[in-house]
Amino acid sequence: MDLGQINPVLLAASLMVAATPILLAAIGEMVVEKAGVLNLGVEGMMITGAVVGFAVAVNSGSPAAGFVAAALAGAGLALLFGLITQVLKSNQVATGLGLTLFGLGLSSLIGKPYEGIKAPSLGKLDIPLLSDIPVLGPVLFRHDPMVYLSLLIVLGVWAGLKYTRAGLVLRAVGENHTAAHALGYKVIRVRLAAILFGGASAGMGGAYLSLVRVPTWVEGMTAGAGWIALAIVVFASWRAGRILLGAYLFGGVSVLQLNLQAAGVAIPVEYLSMSPYLVTILVLVIISLRGNHGAPGSLGRVFHASS
Amino acid sequence: MNLLKTLAVGAALATGVAGAAVAQDKTKVGFIYVGPIGDGGWTYEHNKARLAVEEHYGDAVETVYQESVPEGADAERAITQMALSGADLIFTTSFGFMDATVAVAEKFPDVKFEHATGYKTADNLAVYSARFYEGRAVQGTIAGHLTESNIVGYIASYPIPEVIRGINSAYIHAKKVNPDIQFKIIWAYTWFDPAKEADAAKALIEQGADVILQHTDSTAPQAAAAEAGNVYTFGQASDMIEYAPMPRVSSIIDDWAPYYIERVGAVIDGTWETADTWDGIGPGMVGIGEISDAVPADVKAEALALKDAIASGEYHPFTGPLNKQDGSVWLAEGETADDGTLLGMDFYVEGIEGEIPN
Amino acid sequence: MRFALEKRPAPSRLMLGLTPLFAVIATMLAGGVMFWALGANPVEAIRTIFLDPLFDPTFGAYSRPQLLVKAAPLILIAIGLSLGFKAGIWNIGAEGQYIIGAVVGAAVGLAFYPTESRLIFPAMVIAGALGGWAWAMIPAILKTRLGTNEILVSLMLVYVAENILASVASGVLKNPEGRGFPGSRNFARDYPAASNLELLPGTGMHWGVVAAFIAVIAAYVLMTRHKMGFSIRLTGEAPRAARFAGVNPTRLVVFSLGMAGALAGMAGLFEVTGPAGQISIDFGSGYGFTAIIVAFLGRLHPVGILLAGLLMALTYIGGELAQLMLGMPAAAIQLFQGMLLFFLLAMDVFANYRIRIKTREAA
Repeated sequence: MDLGQINPVLLAASLMVAATPILLAAIGEMVVEKAGVLNLGVEGMMITGAVVGFAVAVNSGSPAAGFVAAALAGAGLALLFGLITQVLKSNQVATGLGLTLFGLGLSSLIGKPYEGIKAPSLGKLDIPLLSDIPVLGPVLFRHDPMVYLSLLIVLGVWAGLKYTRAGLVLRAVGENHTAAHALGYKVIRVRLAAILFGGASAGMGGAYLSLVRVPTWVEGMTAGAGWIALAIVVFASWRAGRILLGAYLFGGVSVLQLNLQAAGVAIPVEYLSMSPYLVTILVLVIISLRGNHGAPGSLGRVFHASS
Repeated sequence: MNLLKTLAVGAALATGVAGAAVAQDKTKVGFIYVGPIGDGGWTYEHNKARLAVEEHYGDAVETVYQESVPEGADAERAITQMALSGADLIFTTSFGFMDATVAVAEKFPDVKFEHATGYKTADNLAVYSARFYEGRAVQGTIAGHLTESNIVGYIASYPIPEVIRGINSAYIHAKKVNPDIQFKIIWAYTWFDPAKEADAAKALIEQGADVILQHTDSTAPQAAAAEAGNVYTFGQASDMIEYAPMPRVSSIIDDWAPYYIERVGAVIDGTWETADTWDGIGPGMVGIGEISDAVPADVKAEALALKDAIASGEYHPFTGPLNKQDGSVWLAEGETADDGTLLGMDFYVEGIEGEIPN
Repeated sequence: MRFALEKRPAPSRLMLGLTPLFAVIATMLAGGVMFWALGANPVEAIRTIFLDPLFDPTFGAYSRPQLLVKAAPLILIAIGLSLGFKAGIWNIGAEGQYIIGAVVGAAVGLAFYPTESRLIFPAMVIAGALGGWAWAMIPAILKTRLGTNEILVSLMLVYVAENILASVASGVLKNPEGRGFPGSRNFARDYPAASNLELLPGTGMHWGVVAAFIAVIAAYVLMTRHKMGFSIRLTGEAPRAARFAGVNPTRLVVFSLGMAGALAGMAGLFEVTGPAGQISIDFGSGYGFTAIIVAFLGRLHPVGILLAGLLMALTYIGGELAQLMLGMPAAAIQLFQGMLLFFLLAMDVFANYRIRIKTREAA
């Protein structure tokens, strides 16, 4: 065992890359849940984004076009969920699970011609000057553009929810849809918009896997990342800043355990793998001990305007 | 009650017979896959061999397959349905299908079964597996020469004998050509999770490894190595040629085609018998992918010579003197390992650091 | 002119019966288009999925009982879940309760290996039910004591359960004669006293199927004849009225989560001792999540769940046959199932709402 072999700078940098897909998916799902909707189909939207992003990037040669297409594909799947749950009032839990099934099937059909192909490289930004700062440089300033975009999205969601009118309306709709409706807000429209945003984010998160982190298309490649994103939202108790913390914690535990193994530390892998979920439950308990139930008031409930 | 039971058994048997009677002139060969054909590794290679069978026999055979069959309750049903559909020979291609294959083989005595990597046989159930560790010996030799940091990273899947054999074989041969070699081993606890495999490769590279061996199925470690630059990898299960000449310098290919063609032929001729096949490089079940130009010519020649020696049976990768990790003697000078010990291997050889989990 | 939905005072009985039919027809049409696009004969594909498992001369005799085997765990779990769902208590962690039930039950059985006694299997069933029940009590207690959201706690516990499963399958419950491979002894093959085999050969009936039928009947009686069923329905439909009527919400949460956990745990035990045979890393095959879909497809009604479970099983087995006979990719079947669910869920709107056409008033 030699812990000195683990370079904390490199560890931090690879942690940021490992966390980016789940960060994107989680921040999107948080907005959805803030609007009072529980979409369990994150995994299905992610993998659809992964395959569509990959296909478009390969055909166009442009990873950027791939990410845009992935966002659109994720949003497209989310729209399906939105129509069924919001307009046709179906149960969100069951519909979300159906969406995952649908997305997994769809993605592998689309992906058949793209197996065993390499993705065009997204490249790194390597911001001049800043990337030469010792320690901070490699950790913060030598990533691909999507890492920074994901951080910007988190910042945007945080500011948007806190300071803008649209954010206020979204939160109002999520907390109490009946009251929001009485105030004249278009509950269904707000929710559909949030669902679309969530789908687009999940799609980009998936594309980050197929275009940057792995980078190739393989069937079933998300391997549960969408479910981890759902856990992160809860862990974060629906706050944008904590989503970042949560994504880095969940991503970090997995990267750290691999690093510890490489350094020769005998660790019980299963117990380490389950620890983030136990921590999440603990967070939930702490939230409820404070008397606040944490989750948006209308989460998962069907809204029907009885006007 | 007894009468009812007899009737039910009779009905079950009748359907079995009816199923067999459906079989026409063509020999029908079925394949049960654990993953999707698009996994690019394990299942992909089995399917390639299925296509080779079709190619070889043309109209004389018909093949059917079912992909992504979960191990457990669904496997037995999938195999049974395949037998009912009139298959004469069924290959079940994952260890986890073992008990299900045994159960179905009992119900269909006239259908032949072949189970990959298992150890339970019957009159109509053969088992087959590949001596991947022979390929690992070639890999270890190349790795030992190529590494400059003297650190080889190894992405292992589950702590089972097959994986442990591979680690030991690679280590022994890397050590032979490079006494300072050190192995860093990560247990990923998965056969297939591209993101995790990529992370594992990155962790190993960050900790100084400049050669990565993998016993997981995806190409993610190859891509991670390509990005890092100056890191060498080997294709696993499948050739992964798209990453040649760098980082992929060679590969171990599971080439099931010769075996499948031979066994299907035996069914056609009516000479099929149960068997316990454990083949390596010699009969062609384990293939060594082309060694790329990134490997110096003398190293390549040495690796190929080793490959030939193993193929001809002249050399056994586990030849003494070899000690176990705790320093106790395993094989004396000149002694070679018996298959029983290899099949149940649960120890590292001397020099490997760390413990096997559980 | 625009459409508007108007909530029906009570779900339309006619529509409850008709919508599943419409949904199946719509899926056949949409699915047919998909199969056609994939180069298959759509009529043949649809026939293979929906009819061959029942009527095909080669497969029927085997597939019909298999429908029961495949549907039994789904029905058993979905019945338990429906009790809570009716009352607005969202346990989506049945997968975890299913896994823990199987692990605890299997551990009890293995502890007695190789003793042969008629008492072992019943003891395992009880242990499995208790295991699932205990796992469900975690969200139940957190909910009743602290008000913690049960959706999220139960979901998180699925991941914890999966890691426990991986740990015991390659650790304490590993078969000592298994040549180092992960996975426990095989109950169905190697330990008769702890096995859950077919009760009548060729019928598919095993104890899990029997338990599923009993659960359907018991849930029906509970919901229609018993005070607890009344409390559940009242809480779901009018929570405030329920409180006035003296329904104890704590008791309700503990009861419904506990029942769901116990039934899921039993389902896990019946699977591990029968069709699956052993504890393995991949034992959790998603039944706990699929059962949520089954519960909703069955409109949370015991008889509906029975039918929905059988329909799901039919699409699984028919899908396998379509792969086998027509060379259909597994993904196409998955997509087809996704479509069926969407149509079934979407058409539910006609049962609960009336569609009104509103003409816009002149300005």
